[in-house]
Amino acid sequence: MRTEPDTGRRKALKLALGAAALAVDPGLFLIAAPAQSRPAGVAASDSQRWGLLIDVSRCAEGCTRCVQACSAEHGWRGGGPPGLDPQWIRVLSATDPETGRSVRAPLMCQHCARPPCADVCPTKATFRRADSVVLVDRHRCIGCRYCVMACPFGVRFFLGDNVSDRERRSPRGKGTAEGCTLCVHRIDEGRQPACVEACPGAMMFGDLNDPKSPIREVLAGQGARRLRGNLALGQGVQYRGL
Amino acid sequence: MTAIAFDNLTASPRRLWPAVIVLGAALLAGGLAVLVIETQGHHVTGMTNRVPWGLPHVVAYFLILSASGALNVAMVASVFRQKAYEPLAPFSALLAIALLAGGLSILVLDLGRPDRLTLTMQSPNPRSIFAWNVVLYTGFVAITAAYLVTLLDRRFARFFGVTSNAAFLWRFVLTTGTGLDLGILIAREELNSAVFAPMFISFSLTFGLAVFLLVLPAAAWLSGGAPDHALMQRLGRLLALFLAVSFYFSAVTHAFNLYAVPTRSLERFLLFQGDLYTVLFWVGQVLLGTVTPLLLVYRKQPIAAAAAVVLGALATLYLYVIVSQAYPQPVLPGLQVTSAWGDGSVASYGPSAAEFFLGLGGVAVALAALLAGCLLFRIVPIDLARAAAPSAALRAAA
Repeated sequence: MRTEPDTGRRKALKLALGAAALAVDPGLFLIAAPAQSRPAGVAASDSQRWGLLIDVSRCAEGCTRCVQACSAEHGWRGGGPPGLDPQWIRVLSATDPETGRSVRAPLMCQHCARPPCADVCPTKATFRRADSVVLVDRHRCIGCRYCVMACPFGVRFFLGDNVSDRERRSPRGKGTAEGCTLCVHRIDEGRQPACVEACPGAMMFGDLNDPKSPIREVLAGQGARRLRGNLALGQGVQYRGL
Repeated sequence: MTAIAFDNLTASPRRLWPAVIVLGAALLAGGLAVLVIETQGHHVTGMTNRVPWGLPHVVAYFLILSASGALNVAMVASVFRQKAYEPLAPFSALLAIALLAGGLSILVLDLGRPDRLTLTMQSPNPRSIFAWNVVLYTGFVAITAAYLVTLLDRRFARFFGVTSNAAFLWRFVLTTGTGLDLGILIAREELNSAVFAPMFISFSLTFGLAVFLLVLPAAAWLSGGAPDHALMQRLGRLLALFLAVSFYFSAVTHAFNLYAVPTRSLERFLLFQGDLYTVLFWVGQVLLGTVTPLLLVYRKQPIAAAAAVVLGALATLYLYVIVSQAYPQPVLPGLQVTSAWGDGSVASYGPSAAEFFLGLGGVAVALAALLAGCLLFRIVPIDLARAAAPSAALRAAA
């Protein structure tokens, strides 16, 4: 007589194995507990330095969940002619011409400690928050696009069209600059950025200033690299496996 | 400074009205372009997020650089005490202010939110060269206007030395700021160099003098006269000298970028594989903008040489501004990168009609301001032909 497999026991076993793996090596899968939320009315402080760690070896071929999650969260829509529509996060396919090795890597605002976009902004509309999240104050932006010119990663955008279906949590306006906000509205509530939530295992979010945070432990143990490190911009976004 | 009589431009109505109508049409077209861009959004232009600065910025850079260069004649007269140029010093200063107004009008009206311009003065970012440029532009207009007043009004003549020297120094600081707009961009390795400051100073000397050489005969034509032949020849030779220095700087940047590994592929693209860009460099900048005017000056045709310099100037600035954006940024150096957004490939850019008319409108603003200034104020020498006058003095100096 055939019996139904005990799926509940299998799930429990998988969870136990996963927990054991994370306890031994938190970098095996990039999963971190939600960061601590900041009480309402308390300003961001430089005691925290938010960052992202992206394991490109876990970025699956054809997957765009991070892009879709960001688009849904912030209300931007890509898909127009290349380079025309803002695309706060996009996936790069990169191949080493010598070895033929290919990787995929999501690219968004790198949240630099020394952001060139904020340096060039004439009105301080682009600014770095105390916890190193780089943002644009849409009410101060004059739409000169100097920040778009100054970004070495091509992740700062200018909205040249009317916005019909904007999200309240993510203000956008025609004639102003915009880019990834690291989902400040979420992280201030102690939640993960939308892209990280959509891609557990390949993206990890956390406090780079906290030596005991999982992201710091993984970085300390396994290392990662910043894009165009020669520019010494001190990005909050780092990549493993490039 | 010797006493020279100046008067309003006495333009012949048969020549003035066609000029006014043409300028009015260009201003109207520019105004309509601004209306379309600001109501519809910048998606009606050819500019994209890959190429956020386009033709309007090229024309604006040309006018702003020309503004400080247009002051050449006034500075030669007032700082270097060359009496032969004194009759044209006020015209030179007015042209400088008018060109700056034209260039700035393009930059301001191309903004995504021009209504917020005052924020650049209310809370400027001291780390931003743009914010500094607002001070430099405003200061240039104020100092040049003060220079003009001390030049024309004998009551303030005792300040003439201060204003003329201040204007002379300020124009170099101004153009240094304009050059560093591009030079400080670490994201664009082919631009990221302090050499853009002296190179843009040389460009300003060249472009401004070329514009002066075109505008002076036009103003003379309106009043039925003609500029002094000896003066034009002398300015033509000066133009050739400035042009040679400009080309030297430009050649050095291109040679350096061809040699340096990080910029080599971009430079090869520009010089040999860039289709329209390559044609613009070899035909526009080198042949039309450099070789031709040098030959024309040698053949004693300074006006034609100046016209060729202006066309070459637009090609030169177009290449510096556009190619640095269109060529893909090395986000992952050494790897071949692709994406749905166009990473790794050359971005396409073609100016739209709205951009063209916005640029044309800026030129019209400059020329209209110059014409209005000449008609309203006693700026031009009583006899423009005589203005250029002291041919004997010039020949003696030569």
